[in-house]
Amino acid sequence: MPTKIKKIAKPVEEKPVTPAKSGRKIRLMQGNEAVALGALDAGVNFFAGYPITPSTEIAEILALELPKRGGVFIQMEDEIASISAITGASLAGAKSLTATSGPGFSLMQEGIGFAKITETPCVVVNVQRNGPSTGMPTSPAQGDIMQSRWGSHGDSPAIVLYPDSVKESYELTIRAVNLAEKYRTCVILLLDEVIGHMREAVTLPDIANIRIVSRIKPTIPRHWYKHYDENQKYLSPLASFGEGYRYNVTGLTHDALGFPTNKPNEANDMMERLRKKISYNIRDLVQIESREMEDAKIAIFTAGITARAAKSAVAAARAEGIPVGLLRPLTIWPFPDDAVRKMLRNVETVIVPELNQGQLIHEIRRLTKDKQDGNLIPIQRANGTLITPNEILRIIREVH
Amino acid sequence: MSKAHEIRLSGSGGQGLILAGIILANAAVIEKRRVTQTQSYGPESRGGYSRADVIISDKEIFFPEATRFDILLALTQEACDKFIFDLKDKGILIVDNTQVKNISVMSEHTYEVNFTELVTEKLGSPITTNICSLAFLVKITGIVKEESLKQAIAGSVKPAFLDLNLKAMQLGFELAVNYGK
Repeated sequence: MPTKIKKIAKPVEEKPVTPAKSGRKIRLMQGNEAVALGALDAGVNFFAGYPITPSTEIAEILALELPKRGGVFIQMEDEIASISAITGASLAGAKSLTATSGPGFSLMQEGIGFAKITETPCVVVNVQRNGPSTGMPTSPAQGDIMQSRWGSHGDSPAIVLYPDSVKESYELTIRAVNLAEKYRTCVILLLDEVIGHMREAVTLPDIANIRIVSRIKPTIPRHWYKHYDENQKYLSPLASFGEGYRYNVTGLTHDALGFPTNKPNEANDMMERLRKKISYNIRDLVQIESREMEDAKIAIFTAGITARAAKSAVAAARAEGIPVGLLRPLTIWPFPDDAVRKMLRNVETVIVPELNQGQLIHEIRRLTKDKQDGNLIPIQRANGTLITPNEILRIIREVH
Repeated sequence: MSKAHEIRLSGSGGQGLILAGIILANAAVIEKRRVTQTQSYGPESRGGYSRADVIISDKEIFFPEATRFDILLALTQEACDKFIFDLKDKGILIVDNTQVKNISVMSEHTYEVNFTELVTEKLGSPITTNICSLAFLVKITGIVKEESLKQAIAGSVKPAFLDLNLKAMQLGFELAVNYGK
């Protein structure tokens, strides 16, 4: 009997992902919900993850919404598989994202390193909970500030964003996706448990007003393509699998085509590329909020939910006539060295409140020699409760 | 009302306090006011502690958790014991005396109502105690309009349970009338 040759299935056509239409009117929204909507508006069309408190709502919403818009949602067997899946999907052309918390973030570190060395755009959202290990799943902590920078082994650059409100969670999710695409790297969005679960009234901007960045595609003939080619700002085009451009993807140190190498000069080229694409673009990457800093003699330096307590304390202290201000990084990595140096020059005392046993403060110490003891004041706590405005205000009054 | 109002709804997991907090926050959004709603609860889905904070203000709200309460609702003895000392001097305390038997500090404005018993008796199950006590709180304090609360309930509960929840709301309003409100 003659065999009937069946036509092999054609490659699936990429369906356009239509952006979220859900309410552009003011409405009550949770931080995690804002992240999910931000991801949809940024054009994320692939999510792979393993739900974990306090990030679960992100997966929950995307599981409902992505399939409706032609995107893909996969619940994986664990977090190692999740980070691997989003990296693979990205190489196939998707804008991909995953969401997790402490224990899952630890498991993802190897995969984050792989995404960085292979220069594959993707976003990991880490809604931080109290740790170490399983810790207190429903309680806040800011214990992953250093892990988000140094968690993966080897020298690797990091872009880490850190919102302090529901609205900003939406905005920084879009920015995280944009930066991942632009810089071809794994961008991390850190949230605090309280921000992930907090509800605030938010009006989302019109889709037309949102700036969306997508990876540069190669336009040169296929045989000229280098997967890790350099241009002036160390940003290079990225071809997707299946588009006809050939390249190798490996976690081993590689040359411009992606093939493994042990040659010191080629290894050096790769490592310098990874470093320079961040360090040559600090201005584009760093964002800070400066509040009442013009005449401040006391400065508070903090991020995320703790900055909300600090803002309240600053307003109360200003009402008492105390010259205090707040410097808040929205991008915590790369660290805003210049802004912090300026702050250190202008104020007498810096207060660094954080929900851990001392992480951000090390970066301030790195940048100052003379504000080590009495003039650099930590407020640290890792017991699952927030630092309150009154605690900060009390310290401000003592210093003043 | 121009200042910030800090409200804490407290009790144990499963009593629907977080939903009550979301409904109250939604009612404030309907009135175009600034609002934050946060919560804290244990890892278990029933039992354990649970609380929802709502801050309603006309100005920007910085710190989203309630620290000094203008209004405290306590549905369990444990919650009442834990939070009563953070009630402001002129703050309003509302307790469910089905469960709260001892109040360590009497506020000038204390309301003791057996919500759980009454809701069980009139509506057949204690499940809407959250809505009943929230409606009581709204009527007593005037923190949001009754109509906004009704709209917020309609927008937050499943249609099949709307009727039951509106009955619980009505019961809460009627109970407040007994206190001259």
